[in-house]
Amino acid sequence: MKTYKQVFSELKRAALIPFFVIGDPAFDTSFEVVKAAIDAGADILELGIPFSDPIADGPTIQKADIRSLCNGMTVKKALEFIKKVKDYKDIPIGLLMYYNLIYQYGTEKFFNDFHQAGVNSVLIADLSVDDANEIDGFAKSAGLDTVFMVTPNTSEERMKLIASKTTGFIYTVSLLGVTGSRKQLSGHIGELIGRLKGLTDVPICVGFGISTAQHAATIASAGADGVIIGSKIVGFIEANIENKEKMLADVSAFVGEVKTALDNNA
Amino acid sequence: MKYKGRFGDYGGFYVPEVLIPVLEELEREFYRFYKDDGFVAELAELSKNYAGRPTPLYYAKRFSEYVGFKVYIKREDLLHGGAHKVNNTLGQGLLAKYMGKTKLIAETGAGQHGLATAMIGALFGMETKIFMGVTDIERQSVNVHKMKLCGAEVIAVEGGTGTLKDAINDALRYWTAHVSDTFYLFGSACGPHPYPTIVKHFQTCIGTEARSQCLDQIGRLPDVVVACVGGGSNAIGIFSGFMDDEKVKLVGVEAGGKSVASGKHAATLVVGKVGILHGAKAYLLQDKEGQVYETESVSAGLDYAAVGPEHCMLKDSGRAKYVAAEDAEVLDAFALLTKKEGIIPALESSHALAYVISQSGKLPSDTVVVVNLSGRGDKDVSIVEKCRPLK
Repeated sequence: MKTYKQVFSELKRAALIPFFVIGDPAFDTSFEVVKAAIDAGADILELGIPFSDPIADGPTIQKADIRSLCNGMTVKKALEFIKKVKDYKDIPIGLLMYYNLIYQYGTEKFFNDFHQAGVNSVLIADLSVDDANEIDGFAKSAGLDTVFMVTPNTSEERMKLIASKTTGFIYTVSLLGVTGSRKQLSGHIGELIGRLKGLTDVPICVGFGISTAQHAATIASAGADGVIIGSKIVGFIEANIENKEKMLADVSAFVGEVKTALDNNA
Repeated sequence: MKYKGRFGDYGGFYVPEVLIPVLEELEREFYRFYKDDGFVAELAELSKNYAGRPTPLYYAKRFSEYVGFKVYIKREDLLHGGAHKVNNTLGQGLLAKYMGKTKLIAETGAGQHGLATAMIGALFGMETKIFMGVTDIERQSVNVHKMKLCGAEVIAVEGGTGTLKDAINDALRYWTAHVSDTFYLFGSACGPHPYPTIVKHFQTCIGTEARSQCLDQIGRLPDVVVACVGGGSNAIGIFSGFMDDEKVKLVGVEAGGKSVASGKHAATLVVGKVGILHGAKAYLLQDKEGQVYETESVSAGLDYAAVGPEHCMLKDSGRAKYVAAEDAEVLDAFALLTKKEGIIPALESSHALAYVISQSGKLPSDTVVVVNLSGRGDKDVSIVEKCRPLK
């Protein structure tokens, strides 16, 4: 199974990390969309299991969650989905989700089952590093890497604590707010990446609000090890819900465009 | 965070990283000011002259005769704004002022907390935004209008079923993007730490007053204290006064909706399972995988799938008992108190009354029951008219 470490050390540029909600809009189409992103050059996948109350997400991801849940997505089916993706290509997969789904499944069993299916890490949007003890023992024994978030208002002392608990990468949130595409990047993101780089050797991936190939290149130039793009790409699913061919073509074209920008930036 | 904010295993602060620094700031500032002489004096003055504390403890003679034991009513319905909510909004609003915040946001279900926040926004000259589900906006249009008159902006939340849970989701999302100047004035004794502690602190006046009024007016403590539970702020407020009086039974009444068996209810403590929502570990109404249910109740204020963490602990320890009252019983209770006493209770508070009525014939005649009448029912008259048209 390919690890984050392998990807980060093999790549001579920032990793391209698209985010999708598993089962959006439905299981089969969702799988085709993810395949399109892999074929177009995704280096790592960030995948969400839909939740009824996604408080860290803006309207685009909320709607994706609803589409997926309405079409019957469950945690069990998400496990199948991940196995199918891994059968298609051995690409590292990080889950990004909410705690209650894991808690109900049983944290230890969830980590074991999903690691066996091919997941490299589980980032829990509503579990901070303060409660890391609820998960890190299970993560370690399952063989999962840990990923935590850093935001623009995180103190330096806290950044160090987060870095010390992180074995995969630090998910750096580029702005104060929820997920969603934005016209402009936050002006402080370069400084935030710089501060983190000064504190830790753990890889830094940046997400939230990254919406163009140019944004991705700017983030990469600032020293990020990976660029996570969610709402912008999920928006192609929403916009082409009646036209699967165009949905796949748009996702593929956009991921390809970002890859070219990152390649040129290398 | 200095404290864990746990009630047994419940509570905590399960929130996205971006909210941790603001909750830390809130915790620090709350503990800095809550015993500060200036803060305490200013809150006491406002509680008395603006909100109308203390509220009376009223012996409901004709209602008592009907049920066959002694019922005393804690009249939180007489407070400014028509509910206990102002106790908390004055406290948190003043805290916001002391912290130098200039903007308030709040979620609301029935609109009582939204209105109580809008009032305080006007009082302190703060820009106020109220998040409210579209279903609730429709069924509580009078409160929406009042909030707007106070100068608040009411933001319609479309997600989910357009009720309290969805309003909290959107208020939290808005807060993550506006953490620097905005104070989130949380309405119930739930959500992430430090809110359950803060809200309880500002609602303990209900229990403290009620206890000393019992001793003054009756010469003894009550046998039973009853309150309705949605998130649980009025209940924790009145329970807190009697927590150490082991012989005083505490009963919380949740929304049984159509019926608990039908699945259309909000009886979280009665049939829920432990999970994590809105920043806290608590009993939740959820499916097997952890998706949170849409709830149903005739009262918007109890229509919530989670509950305050301290109530979860009190349920487990057995110190408090939690039951559910169904919509039909609640409407009966609403009608009965109005007819017997000329007091129109909020549908939320009518749940507590419904439980009291259900005890008729089961308790000795010298039993003393204190019911927290958390709010008045003017806002609910049109709903009751729809459910039970007058001939």
